[in-house]
Amino acid sequence: MAQRPAARLSVNGQSHEYHGDPRRSLLDVLRLDLGLTGTKKGCDHGQCGACTVIVNGRRINSCLTLAVMHDEDEITTIEGIGTPDALSTLQAAFVAHDGFQCGYCTPGQICSATAMIEEIRQGWPSAVTADPADKPAVAEAEIRERMSGNLCRCGAYDNILAAIRDAMAQTEAAR
Amino acid sequence: MSDTYDTPDTRDMLDRTRQGVIGKPLDRPEGPLKVAGTATYAAEYVRENCAEGVLVGATISTGRVKKIHRDLVMAMPGVLGVYSSERMLRRAAQGTAGEAPEQDVSKVDFPMQPVALVVAETFEQATNAAKALQIDYDDQSGDAQFMPQDVDAEPAADPITAGDLDRAMRDAAHSVDLAFTTPGHASAAMEPHAAIAEWDGRDLTLWGSLQMLTYNVAELADSLGIDPKHVHLLSPYVGGGFGSKLGISHEAVAAAIAAKELDRPVRVVMSRQQVFQSIMRRSETEQRIRLGCGTDGRLTAFGHEALVSNLPGEEFSEPVTQASEFLYAGENRLLAVRKSDITRLTAGSVRAPGEAVGMQALEVAMDELAEAAGIDPVELRKRNLPDEVPGEGTPYSSRRLVEALDAGAAAFGWNKRSAKPCARREGEWWIGMGVASAARVNILAKAEARVTLTADGHVIVETDHTDIGTGSYAILGQVAAEMLGQPIDRTTVRLGDSRLPSGAGSGGSWGASSTGSAVFLACEAIRATLAQALGCASDDLLLQDGKAWAEGVEPRPVTDLLSEDLTRTGKIEPGKLMEKVNQSTYGAFFCEVAVNAFTGETRIRRMTGAFGFGRVLNAKTARSQCIGGMVWGIGSALTEELAFDSRDGHLVNHDLGEYHVPVHADIPDMEVILLEERDPHASPIQAKGVGELGICGAAGAVANAIYNACGVRLHDFPMTPDKLLADLPDPFAPAA
Repeated sequence: MAQRPAARLSVNGQSHEYHGDPRRSLLDVLRLDLGLTGTKKGCDHGQCGACTVIVNGRRINSCLTLAVMHDEDEITTIEGIGTPDALSTLQAAFVAHDGFQCGYCTPGQICSATAMIEEIRQGWPSAVTADPADKPAVAEAEIRERMSGNLCRCGAYDNILAAIRDAMAQTEAAR
Repeated sequence: MSDTYDTPDTRDMLDRTRQGVIGKPLDRPEGPLKVAGTATYAAEYVRENCAEGVLVGATISTGRVKKIHRDLVMAMPGVLGVYSSERMLRRAAQGTAGEAPEQDVSKVDFPMQPVALVVAETFEQATNAAKALQIDYDDQSGDAQFMPQDVDAEPAADPITAGDLDRAMRDAAHSVDLAFTTPGHASAAMEPHAAIAEWDGRDLTLWGSLQMLTYNVAELADSLGIDPKHVHLLSPYVGGGFGSKLGISHEAVAAAIAAKELDRPVRVVMSRQQVFQSIMRRSETEQRIRLGCGTDGRLTAFGHEALVSNLPGEEFSEPVTQASEFLYAGENRLLAVRKSDITRLTAGSVRAPGEAVGMQALEVAMDELAEAAGIDPVELRKRNLPDEVPGEGTPYSSRRLVEALDAGAAAFGWNKRSAKPCARREGEWWIGMGVASAARVNILAKAEARVTLTADGHVIVETDHTDIGTGSYAILGQVAAEMLGQPIDRTTVRLGDSRLPSGAGSGGSWGASSTGSAVFLACEAIRATLAQALGCASDDLLLQDGKAWAEGVEPRPVTDLLSEDLTRTGKIEPGKLMEKVNQSTYGAFFCEVAVNAFTGETRIRRMTGAFGFGRVLNAKTARSQCIGGMVWGIGSALTEELAFDSRDGHLVNHDLGEYHVPVHADIPDMEVILLEERDPHASPIQAKGVGELGICGAAGAVANAIYNACGVRLHDFPMTPDKLLADLPDPFAPAA
């Protein structure tokens, strides 16, 4: 009899059955079992954001959740956002604006920003939104606040912000 | 081609070449891999049958391991081995050590020092077993000293003295005598230390996260007691270093030992907490700064003394007064650093050792002297730039500090600053501006690189140099493409493999100028061969877009001159110029802050930096280095502080939740002005280092802006709200 999978994960549109240790984080399943090492482990405690992935449209720290909690979930990792030969608008903007140095926090920054842009578009408030009932402004303070869960020790923040703004403007213009 | 750099190269070679890529703000060639997540870092290589190792830290401060209860954990599921040997490292190697650091983990030097490695089939099994491992200790912590003030400190080096400082201070028209403290700092690179070790007979391959492969091969081989020729290190992508990966560390040696024993690959990734607890800290400092000047603002007295700490037996001491040796005038001088031996984790190089904490204190003292003398702080600095290094008589190579102060002031709008504090209020925020100089030593290091011009006109650059985010892949390719007249997209740079020629390694801001010069010299040798084939003098050879020509010689495709691949190696070694001429880098910071009148919270509103560091090799990656440094300066000014328990020396805030590096919300728009200069004394490519300059003084500008905003002078970094709160002026009083 076939063993019942601990979880059926859809990762970047591909289905995977996870049969392993229930203690394994989603991050470690991505990196160790599926070979998707674009998602980074920076702290394993939800403090740095390097492991950010998008689950059912929302960004989460994949180190803070177990793989077995994601049965039937749709997961998007950096590998699902674009490839070196076919970068997303945001990924290309990160290259153009030098929105990284060592590159280790970068997939997390990009996954986080990809989802964050959608959050602003859908009108979700943040801690710096003046009136939560209003649609948040596409302002630098909003982006900085919403991206503050993604640390960059190289200190590329100014360039990351420029990349995000550029990508948002390009996407708006194309809409 | 080899060159001990004894005479300045004034040919301006890279200004006469035609390709036009040097200095240009080109994108990083590895950028698409990094943003797509396909750049491979140390822990990410797929090795068949790889076991997982987890380190175990000591629960005592100092002492010995009496017994490790292996049996209990060996019975746990998946556990393959528990290792604790004479060869495993107690401490990480200091930068450029080139030999094993302290070994034998049966001794404990500091709290949470790794004492064992547990290896299992899976990471979860190894983690669980590591937590369950019981160890009996002979606890000798009772004899240990944990506070630098509690032990007799020894001079770290001979003090530098000139004239009579005490008397000059008494005679000075204006003077300040100030005591500062700076806390310990962590590198906190985003990628934790990691290694995968795999043996093939006597040959070890280790994928690691390392800054300096040539030294690391020697350190690892010495640690394992094997010949360096059997060690192959791979480190093509490094997720940040900042000094923490200069030397070989616990995880690499432990992985190699376990892999040998088990005869299968072993991966060891340190947890974030372990990196904090056992890799290098920047020492805390206590500093005394005495400055005295005449009524004209010219310094007559200059004293800078510091107390730092390290573990017993470590030679490294934070060189706090390094920039004070050459930056400002003052004929009566005393510069001295003392070191206490205490029981805290090893102190070593953290980005910009010395200047990072020395300059931020000095620049606050200069601000206070300016106020005492009634002179604008920018002007006071400009008045005190000596013609030669005080006491040494050494000339300066290039020093664009005046230009940095002027250009920065103009761009920032310094003339809008009120000389008096508490002059500007916006709602509940006090607004103020501050300035500081930047200064950092420059070093040329021994380096070697190989360049190949292939028969079909491609350029390949090869060296074991690393790119830790600094831009090595970009700038080394630009040097070669420029010298050989090939488009940048026909240029490939291969780094981070110890089998390639020995680059300088990434550290001390010397990578670009040193390894870049080795690439330059290799290209010169290729140019000489091409000139011969074309029938012209080497200096007359012109190369652009794959064509070669000279005056009176028709352009020909370079490939016509090549019958086969042309490979040359370039080597450079530091020479007499390092001693004869002071080749430091300079700049200026301008900062505007808002300080909350009720809570004492400081927000950085904007920051400008202007920097001169020789030739700019890539304006984009150089700017990124500068803003990165300024972010570190903001962290040092406002949030970063290692907290040690005075009772047992353990690091209390050992993760990114408790040690606060700046986040997006902390960092404002940043403006960087790159002052082009050529420094032929520093290197043949006339470049100097920029990886650390952006920190050196930055926190002083923040501190001075805080004073200008709200009138509170703090001398204890970081300047957290609790320290500001007690002295804040009445929030309801009108602005002055």
